[in-house]
Amino acid sequence: MSEFDFEKPVAEMEKAIEKLKNINSDNKTDFNAQLADLEAKLIERKKEIYDNLTPWQTVQVARHQKRPVLFDYIKYIFTDFIELHGDRHFGDDHAMVGGFAKLGNEKVMLIGHSKGKNIEENIKRNFGQAKPEGYRKALRLMRLAEKFNVPVITFVDTQGAFPGLDAEERGQHEAIARNLTEMAKIKVPIITVVTGEGGSGGALGIAVADSVMMLSYAVYSVISPEGCAGILWRDASFSSNAAEALKITAKSLLELGVIDEIIHEPVGGAQTDPQQTAENIKEVVLKQLKKLSAYSATKLLNKRFEKFSAMGKFNR
Amino acid sequence: MPWFIKTKTEREAQKEISDDIWEKCNKCKAHVFKQDYINNLNVCPKCGSHGKITAYERIGMTLDSGTFKELNETISPADPLGFIDGKGPYTAKVDQARKKTGLNEAVVTGTGKINEIAVVIAVMDFRFLGGSLGSATGEKILLASNYACEHKLPYIIFSASGGARMHEGILSLMQMAKTCAGIARLDEKQLPFISVLTDPTTGGVSASYAMVGDVNIAEPGALVGFAGRRVIEQTIKQKLPDSFQTSEFVLEHGFLDMVVHRKDLKNTLSGILSYYNR
Ligand SMILES: [Zn+2]
Repeated sequence: MSEFDFEKPVAEMEKAIEKLKNINSDNKTDFNAQLADLEAKLIERKKEIYDNLTPWQTVQVARHQKRPVLFDYIKYIFTDFIELHGDRHFGDDHAMVGGFAKLGNEKVMLIGHSKGKNIEENIKRNFGQAKPEGYRKALRLMRLAEKFNVPVITFVDTQGAFPGLDAEERGQHEAIARNLTEMAKIKVPIITVVTGEGGSGGALGIAVADSVMMLSYAVYSVISPEGCAGILWRDASFSSNAAEALKITAKSLLELGVIDEIIHEPVGGAQTDPQQTAENIKEVVLKQLKKLSAYSATKLLNKRFEKFSAMGKFNR
Repeated sequence: MPWFIKTKTEREAQKEISDDIWEKCNKCKAHVFKQDYINNLNVCPKCGSHGKITAYERIGMTLDSGTFKELNETISPADPLGFIDGKGPYTAKVDQARKKTGLNEAVVTGTGKINEIAVVIAVMDFRFLGGSLGSATGEKILLASNYACEHKLPYIIFSASGGARMHEGILSLMQMAKTCAGIARLDEKQLPFISVLTDPTTGGVSASYAMVGDVNIAEPGALVGFAGRRVIEQTIKQKLPDSFQTSEFVLEHGFLDMVVHRKDLKNTLSGILSYYNR
């Protein structure tokens, strides 16, 4: 069933299809041709809607409550996950999860923001908003990956780094800054998939990667549309305008050279077929891994440096 | 002429004179002689509050006279997103900032000497779009660190920034990774990087190069933090103390090496660099 406002045009069609199906079973009259026709139209119409989502509508899809989270992807495409805990300084942040895992035949270090799908889980995982200990755990695991000579795969899905008193006291700025600096030196391939929300520094803190991919309805931005509207329009009700202006969709980011590839997700969003979405991620990540593993460590680091050096547009 | 008109003109005239002669301290609200304030490096003589200064004023008080050579001064903002907000286009804001400051960007970079020690220096200027980190800002900061790498010189960045430049969207965010990649190279070459945090150093700038100095120094009373005070108060639903996110607070929590008065900064920098023995 339709869940978004922008799906209203297909909601009527879905109802009609349901009705036809019921008649079909009750009266055994042959509505099959008509039904097939309507279903084809529905798929076509839905695809049209999803091909033309506005940035603000895309934000709604990226934040969908049932959108797959890190542990869903672990279940669908990773095997032999050995979770590793703690930053060795302060604690273990459940908003940032990591450990050894296998993707197909590849041994990797998997690190990602971890959102929950219900209130209890979300409270435990702080809605996927990591604190300094989360970023420090992530860096510790990246260094471990370097030592073990396995590539790093990060999954980004966060509104942003946690804006709290404790996070400030423990140096949220320093933790993120350290990751940005140290990730430039990690001598194994780093691959990032933005699966949901890529919220500013909180996302970038695990996303300084050789290849950065995004699901088709994920978003990645320097500030939330609401935050931007509040500052530049002085009114959060302009969030849709801000989302448009900020260029936060996968398509825009590919054009801006910030991401390397878009990973296709089903029409209707990843939550309509998490398994297929996960398989799509697996296929693209394995392809990228194959490409990156051919590089020497020196070449890898040089390319990473050149990639981020080239970010941005300015006049000389 | 009626008395009230006369009073008004007198007041206006008085205000003009007072802007020339007096400086009002933002912290203690005291009116101090402008010349005293300037002679005191824009530090309030009454309460010691460190006022904002321009990039060239900073360079003047930090480098040995006549040693500054500017790098990449023509690099200026583009408008990569065609950004227009509630108050108009980004390009208009940039034009306004350029006119107001005479600068092409929110950072001035170059080489010079501090008590005869050769350095590469990047100085942010808060007057230019709040010192925000745009593509051109990041480019200049990276090119300066590349220059330091090539010529084996220490690098010093003076930060003064509200954070990322929203008008450049994700490209602004990417400048954090870009500038830090430059700092990483300095580190691998064992070249010193000193970060000086001045009022304010927040958001994306605090979460990138400003916090990863080999030595982090802040001026007294500067605002230094990651998230905005209001956002934090709304998130945790409690009022934060006045001391929150000051240099002294950040020093206390272990993220700064020292808090240094503006008048002592030059000698502190050369003192630290004098220990560099490679
Ligand atoms: Zn004062």
